[in-house]
Amino acid sequence: MRAARLTPIARTGAALLTAALFGLAPAAPALADDSPSPSPSASASAGPPTEAGTDFRTATAVQQGERATADASTGDYLYWAFPGDTGQDITVKATVTFPSTSVTHAASTWQIDVYDGLRRHQPCRYGMASRQADPGATSVELSCTLRTVTSYADTWSNDPLRGAYYLRLTATDIAQTDLGLPVQAAVEATASDAGGSAAADGSVTPLVPRESASVVPSGGWSSTWWSARWLWSAGGAALAALAGIGGYALTRGRGRPRGIPREV
Amino acid sequence: MITRKRLAAWLGTALLTVATCGALPASASADAPDPQAAPKVELVLDVSGSMSTKDIDGQSRMSAAKQAFDEVLDSTPADTQLGIRTLGANYPGDDRQVGCRDTAQLYPVGPLDRDQAKAAVATLNPTGWTPIGPALLAAAKDLKGGTGSHRIVLITDGEDTCGPTNPCEIARQIAAQGVGMTIDTLGLIPDATTRDQLSCIAEATGGTYTTVQHRQQLTNRVQQLVQRDTDTTVNPVPVQGGPDCADAPTVRPGLYSDRETFSENRWYKVDVDPGQELRAAVSVSDDRAVDPDYGVLLRAVTTHGREIVRDAEAGSGRTDMISAGLRYPKPKAGSGSGDDPAPAETVCVEVGNSFAAPPSVKTTPGLPVELSIGLVASPHRASDVASFGLGDGWWLLGLLTLTGFVAGVLWGWLSRWRVAIWRTN
Repeated sequence: MRAARLTPIARTGAALLTAALFGLAPAAPALADDSPSPSPSASASAGPPTEAGTDFRTATAVQQGERATADASTGDYLYWAFPGDTGQDITVKATVTFPSTSVTHAASTWQIDVYDGLRRHQPCRYGMASRQADPGATSVELSCTLRTVTSYADTWSNDPLRGAYYLRLTATDIAQTDLGLPVQAAVEATASDAGGSAAADGSVTPLVPRESASVVPSGGWSSTWWSARWLWSAGGAALAALAGIGGYALTRGRGRPRGIPREV
Repeated sequence: MITRKRLAAWLGTALLTVATCGALPASASADAPDPQAAPKVELVLDVSGSMSTKDIDGQSRMSAAKQAFDEVLDSTPADTQLGIRTLGANYPGDDRQVGCRDTAQLYPVGPLDRDQAKAAVATLNPTGWTPIGPALLAAAKDLKGGTGSHRIVLITDGEDTCGPTNPCEIARQIAAQGVGMTIDTLGLIPDATTRDQLSCIAEATGGTYTTVQHRQQLTNRVQQLVQRDTDTTVNPVPVQGGPDCADAPTVRPGLYSDRETFSENRWYKVDVDPGQELRAAVSVSDDRAVDPDYGVLLRAVTTHGREIVRDAEAGSGRTDMISAGLRYPKPKAGSGSGDDPAPAETVCVEVGNSFAAPPSVKTTPGLPVELSIGLVASPHRASDVASFGLGDGWWLLGLLTLTGFVAGVLWGWLSRWRVAIWRTN
């Protein structure tokens, strides 16, 4: 639980406030129209998803930390969408398992690609995003660690912003004879907190396209104003004050001599 | 405590719902199940003579398919509009002309009556030819109408030998006509040519191809495909981009589909109000054999031709699509502009691709383009790189402490000096 997240009660309060505002403000339709609203069907399903989408539009929404699985055929393009929030270092892991069948498969290359909410391809800082499976191998492990998600970026950069992230898993190089053979895929996105040093100024509406409106962190988007920088700065101020008092006590001398009366 | 939280949450949800419904009457109706938007699926089953071969778990291909159909029909969601079409089920003769027209609708697309559908499937016997192309065309006709997704699931054990048109070309034409038409293919113990043909059909429509060796595998896959579209609610709206900015159609926020031939550029116009951010994302799919290197370009340009922002992506190797996206925040008008709000700016969005294909590949219809347009509140501008201009780290602490200490020392000297002055006076 990050300190930045609002507590459930505070969130409810915020929701109440928003609701009241929406009810009153005449400009509400335009506002509501612009913000992607989570679809009720997505939250209804229990447990991690067992299906994958086939393109950006149908990408299966999955939460961070959930291990999504899918039965697929070799050659399929599998899509999932997960939320990435400000200040997170996201790592995506995928495992492709070849079920033991009478058919032995030839060598194949598997790859994960991560795209942001604007379908811009995101580079991996490290991790094997593409790997070759030897003939007869039982599984392939892939991983990709993204750059830290920031709260603001220039419009002409493709720095990762908070919002939906799409994960595509596919075989990039396969023998024709392997086409259509069954495989099992499992993916999981996890995140660690990058800390205050990554906190940037400004905030951008989460990059969640309408077709993936159900991609929202389970605790809602974290606020963009909080960062550990507040603690560092306040702590620095307190230390400065203490050091100031210390320095003053060192040099001011004894002050007014004791024996001399006040009224002279 | 828990009760209080729940109550608060419930109240919040209720209030939000009321507020949203009051503000957005249109969205409420969009969420309700709409028969027009229900997903439609047609299963196309090969009943040609070769289906009597006994090589799937010791059973004949036909009986494996029948059992699979029974299980699939049992598990199909009630709101799915499902139909069944056969190919090669009726004409046992040798006349190619007649055999290649042999496709019939076994069960019409509509609300599912499980018993009727099962009874119809039970009557099938492996008989005739394999006219895949005509069956696909007829299936596309069966599925016509409605705004939901359309899916054809083709189950066959052999290639189309009827000609003259390759069923792969037919599939591409079907995908170009219909809205969200996908063809998934399943090959029962296929040979190399059948596999190539079926995977080509799947690729041409954004569908999937599966090689089937076991009955359970067939059941699971067909079940998976039939249920695949029940969750998706957003279907792209067809639009035709213009050859330049002046002739471009104006698009509102939403999801659009278009076709763009090789190395073509298409333009769209979007009106962006001050204080809004334009978000455009595009993906161009390769639905046929293309050269290994390809790319996509997405540009936002003013009506006067000045480029605002662009994104380009290039790739190579096997892929289903290549995509790019851009953001353009239009700042709020200055405070001194008076009462009348600033007019919306028309931004031209250009979508280009650099796919290429060998001369043998047909260039029409064009490659499928999916364009996602969004308008959201424009971002809070950064005044500093760091969050609120705040500091971070041990160097900051050291500097602040040192500064505080120096200030304290100076203040102490000052006060000592004042005491000395006071003493001498």
